[in-house]
Amino acid sequence: MSPKTLYDKIWDAHVAHEAEDGTCLLYIDRHLVHEVTSPQAFEGLRMANRPVRAPDKTIAVPDHNVPTTPGREDPKNMTEDSAIQVAALDKNAKDFGIHYYPVSDVRQGIVHIVGPEQGWTLPGMTVVCGDSHTATHGAFGALAHGIGTSEVEHVLATQTLIQKKSKNMKVEITGKLRPGVTAKDITLSVIGETGTAGGTGYVIEYCGEAIRDLSMEGRMTVCNMAIEGGAHAGLIAPDEKTFEYVKGRPHAPKGAQFEAAMEWWKTLYSDDDAQWDKVITIKGEDIAPVVTWGTSPEDVLPITANVPSADDFEGGKVGAAQRSLDYMGLTPGTPLSDIEIDTVFIGSCTNGRIEDLRAAAEILKGKKIKDGLRAMVVPGSGLVRLQAEEEGLADIFKEAGFEWRLAGCSMCLAMNPDQLAEGERCVSTSNRNFEGRQGYKGRTHLVSPGMAAAAALTGKLTDVREMM
Amino acid sequence: MDKFETLTGIAAPMPLVNIDTDMIIPKQFLKTIKRSGLGANLFDEMRFDRQGNEIADFVLNQDAHREAEILVAGDNFGCGSSREHAPWAIKDFGIRCVISTSFADIFHNNCFKNGILPIALPQEAVDVLMKDAEKGANARMTVDLENQTVITSDGENFSFEVDAFKKHCLLEGLDDIGLTMEKASSIDSFEAQAAQARPWV
Repeated sequence: MSPKTLYDKIWDAHVAHEAEDGTCLLYIDRHLVHEVTSPQAFEGLRMANRPVRAPDKTIAVPDHNVPTTPGREDPKNMTEDSAIQVAALDKNAKDFGIHYYPVSDVRQGIVHIVGPEQGWTLPGMTVVCGDSHTATHGAFGALAHGIGTSEVEHVLATQTLIQKKSKNMKVEITGKLRPGVTAKDITLSVIGETGTAGGTGYVIEYCGEAIRDLSMEGRMTVCNMAIEGGAHAGLIAPDEKTFEYVKGRPHAPKGAQFEAAMEWWKTLYSDDDAQWDKVITIKGEDIAPVVTWGTSPEDVLPITANVPSADDFEGGKVGAAQRSLDYMGLTPGTPLSDIEIDTVFIGSCTNGRIEDLRAAAEILKGKKIKDGLRAMVVPGSGLVRLQAEEEGLADIFKEAGFEWRLAGCSMCLAMNPDQLAEGERCVSTSNRNFEGRQGYKGRTHLVSPGMAAAAALTGKLTDVREMM
Repeated sequence: MDKFETLTGIAAPMPLVNIDTDMIIPKQFLKTIKRSGLGANLFDEMRFDRQGNEIADFVLNQDAHREAEILVAGDNFGCGSSREHAPWAIKDFGIRCVISTSFADIFHNNCFKNGILPIALPQEAVDVLMKDAEKGANARMTVDLENQTVITSDGENFSFEVDAFKKHCLLEGLDDIGLTMEKASSIDSFEAQAAQARPWV
């Protein structure tokens, strides 16, 4: 048998039909659904009088535009258009008989946090969702990627996707990370290296000692931003950490079935002599705590660097860099650590898990945030929130001056009331620093949770290593 | 789905690289439960000020490009979120073809589901087309999907690659779900076999 990559193995196990030109019908094991990209898909099913083919494999949760303040179970406490979308998801979940975690359910949260938490995401699966950060689930060795609404309808109706195979890219992070360097710094540094289109046409497998050393939470952070590098999906081969995380989750297999699953899961790795179309190797020790300065996730620099100038770039990036500098209100040559901020946001499907909250709380413990700063923590799910309260993290945040919110996507994309004002500068643990992403003319600097906490204490972009 | 065969129309130049889906259609317009009507908000934050007045130097606000049906853009067009509202807005505005050196994966896919043709060409070709697009209403570009060519107003000709299946669907205006439903027996037998091999799924 010819050697295969992990991606090859998962792909081969899911091809339901292959046409002569290589166009395949790929079978989908898990379909995650949220309120923003699904209403038109369910409407399409209704118009064609089609059922959901596999309601048992379809899981819905409202997350994108739900408020994160108390009382949100009452639609009157949502803006009218948000309430309509959430009500539509309520109705669609009921009418089509799919699994559902409503706003009132303690298990509600960001779809990419809820899926793994509830054991819906398992190694070797195909997982899709009408959301680009579906890449997150790749951390389990599941082939996971975002799809548009037409494809959401296609999966609802047929449980398959029309796909052609992507190419294989290996991103190896060798050795150990230095203190203060996290999964977020890895994933941002990779994008800084490849650019936001560097992964286009590829499925990335992240490997190497520094990746193996990460917890499942950290691996999810790395895979989450594979899409920011343009990749179709990001993958990490499952290992003991993965199996340990999965074991006992509500929807994970139990008993003999778990053992049977394990037998297959243990075969899910890239063969030694597998062929790669592209290989990138980064030394773990070369990665520093990083921050984005511009309006593309590729605009990454170590916190110790200075704001670049447009002249530092080439081609189309010169104009884009100048536009970013103007938008961000930054002067070339300014040390990044001199940049004063207005707001800190900790949360999102990138960094809204328990480990992220622990890392931030560690820095904040017994301290107060800078006067006048707005700071909020939005846990990724109701269960993360509960756990953080039990561990005493919520008290640390509240005593430091953070708002302690309910679960949702919140200020990562600002579809709910959590938004930046014009010109407001935010340090954020989310995944996109696009123009207007967190609010009209808002300015975003992407960082790790520890870096966000450090910035909250000083009111400036800050090297977390100075706080450790 | 609307067919795409040939298109002769005005092209608008947007040389900016990494035009993301938040720029194409900002999130406040994703709160709709419909697919229609988004053209009015295409590129909203680049196109209008906070009072809703047009920003004069934005290309689609210029008389020469107001009626554009083709967009010529910088690298990595459509990066970011999976929102299909982006191609819905583009189509609703009247644009049926986007030309760039590269497209983000999900956006590229979404275009084909909506009768929009994304064309990827080498930098030198995009540079020529960008210059041609700058002529606006004085020049019309032609896109011929059957023959896989883009022809400038001066008659210069560029061939492009397109996936054969996607081309077929666009030319015929075929509905994906209907096509897949024809293969239902393959899905049935896959499902039965997978239930044996991986019963925990």
